[in-house]
Amino acid sequence: MTFPLYDNGLLSGLFLGVLFGYALEAAGFGSARRLTGQFLLTDWSVFKVMFTAVVVAAFGLWLFQMIGWMRPGSYYVPTLLLYGTFLGGALIGIGFMLGGYCPGTSAVGLASGRIDALVYMVGMVAGSAVYAMVFDWIRPLALATAGPQGWTLPQLFGVSDIVVIAALAVIAFIGWKLGTAVERRFGGPYTAEKVLAEMDGLEAPEGRDFGRVQPAE
Amino acid sequence: MNAQPRPFWHPLAAGTLLGVALLLTFAITGHGLGASGFFARTAAWLANAIAPEWTASNSYFGPFVRSGNPLASWISWEIVGVLIGGFLGATAAGRFRLGIERGPSISAGTRLLSALVGGVLVGFGARLAQGCTSGVGLSGAGSLAVAGFVFLAGFFAAGFATAYFTRRLWQ
Repeated sequence: MTFPLYDNGLLSGLFLGVLFGYALEAAGFGSARRLTGQFLLTDWSVFKVMFTAVVVAAFGLWLFQMIGWMRPGSYYVPTLLLYGTFLGGALIGIGFMLGGYCPGTSAVGLASGRIDALVYMVGMVAGSAVYAMVFDWIRPLALATAGPQGWTLPQLFGVSDIVVIAALAVIAFIGWKLGTAVERRFGGPYTAEKVLAEMDGLEAPEGRDFGRVQPAE
Repeated sequence: MNAQPRPFWHPLAAGTLLGVALLLTFAITGHGLGASGFFARTAAWLANAIAPEWTASNSYFGPFVRSGNPLASWISWEIVGVLIGGFLGATAAGRFRLGIERGPSISAGTRLLSALVGGVLVGFGARLAQGCTSGVGLSGAGSLAVAGFVFLAGFFAAGFATAYFTRRLWQ
């Protein structure tokens, strides 16, 4: 078998999008409070889920190349633009703490009924337009200090892929244990029940019987 | 009243499913998952509808509209899929809730304003980084790209640095 199939059609997009959206929702990433809990130290799910996914995907790509299903260099690897990549990542970090989502999770937030996610999306469209307006001024900074095309950590450190993947698995494990200890100290992580009960509590008028709404843990 | 929601998945289970989805995406399409590209394309599409001449001559949006409808792209279908997958998961588990999610100490108006401002920063930042947490962070790190880890370093550093000043929005 030979991968990638390079199928970028409608069904490919829909199918992979459904998997992506389902996984993010199952992780609880349709909830802005659970997501932002990462940086408030109350919920380390963003770190845990993301690092697990990175290790699983990286190991799978390595395995596919080992058994000859995929050739090295046959799939897209983003190129580093030191300032652009780092500053862009930082702006997204700030915007995430203000807005509650990143772009992908905002789609899951909307799919989970969150109106704030829809407003956030309007903001993203506006922010993209602002970038286009100032692109000529910002281009020298954005495209400066481009690293080698498709530069990877194994190339940077001069080790094989599986060494980097093993190191990432160790970092993920240590971060996981640390995160679990910290989030418990801060009363987390958020449960689906708590997030939704507190939403219901906010929406309901004063003095009404809250029925099944549970007190905060 | 709403039925009791089912718990979120254990992070190991959700992360594994997400990793498999990402691996399948590489195997089927030759690239990773993304999200912000759709919103940039939506912006180019809207700009083209409002001011076609400006859009065509703009150095960033121009290339998007030159080859036809900027929304006619794999990533648009992927985002439609994300909406469907998220909706199916949320409704099946009793986690769909129409409303504004916010901390108990701010008003709905403050929450929507912060969502809008946050969205603008993220929309801009994602263009600067040529992708977002999905496209550069998750997919980049999954392909072991240096760019993916530099992105995540910026994202996590800024997130922790901003947390103290934004905590009232959420707690």
